[in-house]
Amino acid sequence: MKRIRVSQQEIVFAVFAALFLTFSIFLNGFLSADNMLTLLQNVAVLGILGLGMAIVVIGRGIDLSLIAALAVPGGLVLQMVQNGHSLPASLLAAGLLSIAVGLVNGWLIAYAEVPPLFATLATGLFVAGLGQAALFQLDVVQWSEGLAGFERLGQGSILGIPTSIVMFAIACVVVFILLRKTRWGAYIYAIGDNPFAARVTGIPTRPIIVLQYVVAALIGCFAGLVMAASVNSMPTRIFNSTLIYDVILVVVLGGIGLSGGRGGVVNVIIGTLLIGTMLNGMTILNIPYAGQNLIKGLVLLVAVITDTFLNPRNEETAQQGDI
Amino acid sequence: MRETLTRLRYRYWPDHLLGEILSKRWTETAIPVILLLIVGFALSRSLEHFLSPASLADTARQAGEIGFIGLGMALVVIVGGIDLSVGSIFALTDFCALYLLDVLNWPVPAVVVVTMIVGGLLGAVNGVLIGYLRLRAFITTLITLIIYRSAYDLLIQRYSNAIASAFPDIPSWDFIGGGTVLGIPSVALVYIVIAIFGHIFLTRLRPGWHITAIGGSRRSAYNSGIPVRRTIALCYVASGVLTSIGALFFAARLGTVGGDIGVGLEVIVLTATVLGGITLGGGKGSVVKSMVGVLIVLLVTNGLTAMNARGGVNRMALASILLVAAMVDIRWQKNRTRIISKVYVAPTYHALPPPPPTEIGEGGPFEQNDRLREVSLIGLGRIEAPEDVILDRNDVLYAGSRHGDIIRFFPPDYERMEVFAHIGGQPLGMAFDKQDNLYVCIGGMGLYRIRPDGTVEKATDETNRSLYSVNDDSRLRLADDLDITDDGLIFFSEATVRYEMDEWPVDGLEARGNGRIICYDTKTGTTHTALRGLKFPNGVAVASDGQSILFAETFGCSIKRYWFAGPRKGDVEIVMDNLPGYPDNINLASDGNYWLALVGMRSPSLDLAWKMPGFRRRMAKRVPVDEWLFPNINTGCVVKFNEQGKILESFWDLKGLNHPMITSMREHRGYLYLGGIANNRIGRFKLDNADPNFVQYDKRWGKSS
Repeated sequence: MKRIRVSQQEIVFAVFAALFLTFSIFLNGFLSADNMLTLLQNVAVLGILGLGMAIVVIGRGIDLSLIAALAVPGGLVLQMVQNGHSLPASLLAAGLLSIAVGLVNGWLIAYAEVPPLFATLATGLFVAGLGQAALFQLDVVQWSEGLAGFERLGQGSILGIPTSIVMFAIACVVVFILLRKTRWGAYIYAIGDNPFAARVTGIPTRPIIVLQYVVAALIGCFAGLVMAASVNSMPTRIFNSTLIYDVILVVVLGGIGLSGGRGGVVNVIIGTLLIGTMLNGMTILNIPYAGQNLIKGLVLLVAVITDTFLNPRNEETAQQGDI
Repeated sequence: MRETLTRLRYRYWPDHLLGEILSKRWTETAIPVILLLIVGFALSRSLEHFLSPASLADTARQAGEIGFIGLGMALVVIVGGIDLSVGSIFALTDFCALYLLDVLNWPVPAVVVVTMIVGGLLGAVNGVLIGYLRLRAFITTLITLIIYRSAYDLLIQRYSNAIASAFPDIPSWDFIGGGTVLGIPSVALVYIVIAIFGHIFLTRLRPGWHITAIGGSRRSAYNSGIPVRRTIALCYVASGVLTSIGALFFAARLGTVGGDIGVGLEVIVLTATVLGGITLGGGKGSVVKSMVGVLIVLLVTNGLTAMNARGGVNRMALASILLVAAMVDIRWQKNRTRIISKVYVAPTYHALPPPPPTEIGEGGPFEQNDRLREVSLIGLGRIEAPEDVILDRNDVLYAGSRHGDIIRFFPPDYERMEVFAHIGGQPLGMAFDKQDNLYVCIGGMGLYRIRPDGTVEKATDETNRSLYSVNDDSRLRLADDLDITDDGLIFFSEATVRYEMDEWPVDGLEARGNGRIICYDTKTGTTHTALRGLKFPNGVAVASDGQSILFAETFGCSIKRYWFAGPRKGDVEIVMDNLPGYPDNINLASDGNYWLALVGMRSPSLDLAWKMPGFRRRMAKRVPVDEWLFPNINTGCVVKFNEQGKILESFWDLKGLNHPMITSMREHRGYLYLGGIANNRIGRFKLDNADPNFVQYDKRWGKSS
């Protein structure tokens, strides 16, 4: 008899489906088209960030500076336009800042061999501090006249679909092509699966790792722009929130193991949908924020435990340093 | 002139200390400690009140609170996990303590105990999930972080007013929060006690070793029978309890349940842990590292706050310091062993005059001949590396083997062989005492005694530690050869205190006096070092007066005599020097003279290199080990000499067929038995004009009844 193997991705998808079904049956207005769009709109930024995180996690890293990479370059654009610079120049500056953040992250991790958890923690702190100390005048960077037209990145709709969802879709397609259709993507999987073997095979592991973090930072910047455009401002204090944990949850719950080399864009979408559905359903139920978090945590715990029961880890094959 | 300078420089400058200091385990923590000193110094210069008692006490309080959490995190990281939920556990236990005290009005001891139990339970949730159900630590504690935090948020919504309005006035509670003993804050005292226990626990106790073993290699730990799941689970419980202790002190000090208590605490503690040098992924770490890490993070953040830096600048400075420190530390950890291997070999100046001739036609006692061609072979291909051979009163032949066994061959033809005893380390020199116990020097283990029935006992494996030595020289690294005096003193040589058994030729490259003669008293069971600073002391034999020993210095190319008793007690005299080869074992001959094995012959190139320490140091640094210029040990001979230092005859194997390399020889009933540490045979050579009834231990101890 063939043993049935259920992957984490399928479990999470099942949980998502069950939740979705339950909410559809028992919650008035959950299944309406409007609500569906709201649901997706709310998690679009989270999903885009998840894509950036996914690239890094597949390459056996982690990027805790992603929230800073979202807040600071995004805020920089708004601030520069406010100060009278042109929009393209501001965008260029933000892009360069993101690339710089990515390069520093990548260099620290690939060349200086600082553990990614620690390196990105510190760079995130640094970038947030930089924004606070040198770039922004207020914690919330306000919208200004020069940005007219830019809000369409996050507001309005294209062919009836809210723009932020379209942006998420575009990001998904781009990342999918990067990961699955380019040699560079294959290298990331190889490095994530076994960095030493990848190196021995002749893959330029260090430059590829740097590239990973640069792309992640650019995706973070993109998410920041979408966010700024949709709320017409950039609340830079978002760095202090626990958003980064939500991003990690999206990625890991979707089925991208932290040990690297597994998963892809589909996993991010599944993870995003699960979180989005939960948040949306609970909002409709009018559960307070702390209660929402509690329920979210418990559901996540159940999902992870189920996965462990169905796909137990083996003492013999467990990887060293696999936390 | 230049040579004199070289000689003086290498004589008085302790080159070897650098490598020995770097080899110490505590140098792993060097970078964090240096950073801590720099930070402390910088702050004390730039802040006026930094060193005032009040400021120090305040720092100590915070350090204690975070330090407890740091200890818990250290445990969890060493066992190979991570605990992100500490910030939330901190908040929940802080709430628990204040709720019990302010709302339920429980007595303080009950509050303390219950809060710690709650902390343990919260940690146990992590422990069960990660240890027993084997979830991934990172994601699991991330989820419990969220759950605990939202539980805390829900709880304080309901009870924060009740807690805020209560002002408990309980002396013992205030003492926990703000009391001092001799000026030291209570929390710091408790922390020190727990830290000392933690250090002993991790380095000296079995559960602590289990934790390190699991972190180092979970699979190996599992396969060697360590209860992996339980140990991991208990580490998370300990992390929860330690966090709750920190929270108790915090609650007693501030008495608040604000919404942001413990937010981001996991980041601070994790930063401190990594900064202290505890490797994420497990297996490496110590209490001191955790403590140093916590202090650095705390001093930097507090210092920056005290300097009124803007929030952003504060963050940037903290991040930069952390990054630079982590980078330097990681470089250091990674390259430390490489640096050690580069600087450990510290050659010194060693000059020898030109050796006496050995060529055929040159004459002299060392003139080569082919007398050893006639040896018959014992145990060919059945024994490996018999460094020493010995025969007992019943003509049974004993020899060591590379596999850690004492092998014996039975007369008359020495064909039948058996394993007499298994010791586990490589046997080198051997000697019988009056009761026919066989004493054996075991490389890497020490001096062992084998009773006639084959039971193995340790005689000694340590001696008194030298006061000024950096390397711990109390353990015996390379006990080499021995002899036993009539009074039951065993004198044995330890070839080097700087290298292990398998690296012994490197000591010859160094040519420093790294060896010692050690004395073990069989009557009292005590061991002491008799002579030190010898150049690879090797063979030992008791001289005819019974008050002195003859010993060979292999790389000194000399034989010396040391009086351990009598009127000349303590004297050392050169019997022979400038031998043409490297002397090894010395044994008694039937005519009252001594046999000496030369394990290898000197070569002009090494003689020259010994006068050029700089050359050898460059070689050791830049050339791979297998290309180094080592002493030749491929060709040697056996010579007979007398106590006056005169060589009487020599025996060579010119073709190098049977016994090119000889480390030991024993005379027994008119035959000479030959052993060699690189040989797979024992040689048996018929001696002319030798006493056919000579049995060494009959002669030494008298015939047994």
